[in-house]
Amino acid sequence: MKHVRAINQKARLIEERFAGAEDSVGPLAERIPFGCSTQLAPGWEVDSGGGTYGLCTPIERDLYDCYHSCYWPAQVPDALTNFADWSRSCGAPVQDWSSIDLVFP
Amino acid sequence: MKFHTTLFHRFESDGVPFAYVTPTAAVVQLDEMTSEIIDNFSDGEGAEPGPWLETLEVDRQPQAREAFDELAAMGMLRPVGAPTAPPEQQPPMPYPLATLVLNVTNKCNLSCTYCYEYGEDRVSNQEKPDGTPRLPMMTEETACKSVDFLLKNSEGRNGVSITFFGGETLLNFGTIRTATEYAVARGQELGRPVAFALTTNATMLTDEVIDFLVEHKFGVNISIDGNKGDQDRHRTFSSGRGSYDIIVPRIRKFLEKNRPQGRPVGARVTLTAGMAPVPETYHHLIDEIGFDSVGFAPVTSAEDREYALADGHMGQILSDFEILSQQYVEAALAGKRHGFSNLHDLIQEIHQGINKAHPCGAGLGLMGVSTEGELGLCHRFVESGEHGLGTIEDGIDEQKRSAFLNATHISKKIPCHQCFARPHCSGGCYHEAYVRYKDPAAPNLHYCDWIRAWTDLGLRSYAAIAQGNPEFLRNYESASGAPAPAIEKDEVNR
Repeated sequence: MKHVRAINQKARLIEERFAGAEDSVGPLAERIPFGCSTQLAPGWEVDSGGGTYGLCTPIERDLYDCYHSCYWPAQVPDALTNFADWSRSCGAPVQDWSSIDLVFP
Repeated sequence: MKFHTTLFHRFESDGVPFAYVTPTAAVVQLDEMTSEIIDNFSDGEGAEPGPWLETLEVDRQPQAREAFDELAAMGMLRPVGAPTAPPEQQPPMPYPLATLVLNVTNKCNLSCTYCYEYGEDRVSNQEKPDGTPRLPMMTEETACKSVDFLLKNSEGRNGVSITFFGGETLLNFGTIRTATEYAVARGQELGRPVAFALTTNATMLTDEVIDFLVEHKFGVNISIDGNKGDQDRHRTFSSGRGSYDIIVPRIRKFLEKNRPQGRPVGARVTLTAGMAPVPETYHHLIDEIGFDSVGFAPVTSAEDREYALADGHMGQILSDFEILSQQYVEAALAGKRHGFSNLHDLIQEIHQGINKAHPCGAGLGLMGVSTEGELGLCHRFVESGEHGLGTIEDGIDEQKRSAFLNATHISKKIPCHQCFARPHCSGGCYHEAYVRYKDPAAPNLHYCDWIRAWTDLGLRSYAAIAQGNPEFLRNYESASGAPAPAIEKDEVNR
């Protein structure tokens, strides 16, 4: 962790678990095939500590999974015919997620 | 989704912000960004992270997100209304014992005015439930059966500890010797190390006793209140004569023989009204007599006793502890050990991140045995009847044990739920609570402010060592496989 520095043994244990959660996600995520109905990605909301940082499918990435690969189509605007530019203000969702606005058909 | 901060204690060391996270007992160092997030999410109602992030300059936002996730992972931020872990958890029962305290006698050759065993606050009863008097001395047979009982009821542990206690423990030296030799032999047969400890008033430290204690590497705790004036005020023979002049030459002899090969020897001071300042007592016992460590404990008593400590006294003790703590930190920064054992034990708990569901091991890994072989929560509760937990013959009354542990679990101590010092204190001593409130399960609310101030002092001292000499922190990490000296040291005090 960069901002919260673990000092005692308990804090280091929690930090290791946090780091371990990230490591286990990386290689797995790379192997997931692109496209809907071929993957199982539970727990996309928040982790037990309330964060999204260590999750396998955090909301930031889930957003584009819904859009490109019809993962969860009801959650994003229809980019194919009506709202082709809806994500223009959000090139990198990890950075820019808060700039996405609602669309009104 | 709204988030808010959880319960933690912020403190500073050398201008650097730290936090002690109560739900986990983690100690972390914060930076500017995490401190800012904490300030913005500390309202109980919580706040939405999105709108708050937008108030920051764009180039700080990625950092803020990262810091936010780290705080959440460390359990310092959580969603408002998120369910908490279910309360009432017990370790797998029957929990294996680690330490058995044998009250080898309930007689004493001193008549200390504040003694809880003989004084006005006694919980022990010299008569058994059937009205017959209890044996004043534990027989060798009962002591050896207690050894077998401990070895049988500690399965899954490698080493175990036996602590001898009284009354004045050494009044029954014959039983101590027989039980020790028996335990060594049984331990060797089973391939399980047995460690020994003993608390004494030092009046009977003869050459024979000293040689025996050194040979068997006893952890020895000596009850002594300080200089001659303080020692002789309360720790007197029944004639009223003080004990200082009798014990000090014996202690010096013991320390001299013990030093080359024995374990460190601790002095145990009972703090009462009217005593010399704590640092003076400390230096008398360490520098002039030669103890390795000194532990101080406020006298356990009802409020109206003449020796009882009032709030003003407790404030003075805390200021005195602050002075000794500074000396402790200075020593640690120079890579040296300091004998202020209260702080050493506290820092050890802080460093390991110990988070207690129960204040001590009584009834869990530790039990007391009366002269007759009755089991009690701890040495302070043996012979009290209503707190009995079975006998060494018939075994532990597991139903009563479970009921007690359930009733005293931290989840039942509602006032403690708002307190940052909970991982360390967990409501405090059962015996103290019984003397004050007639209920061992009651949290000791009379010293909450003091415990919080003391925990804060321990945290600041710990952080100063972590900043200035992090290598020294290894001294607080327990060696694996060793018997649990912490329990023995913490719990078995007069």
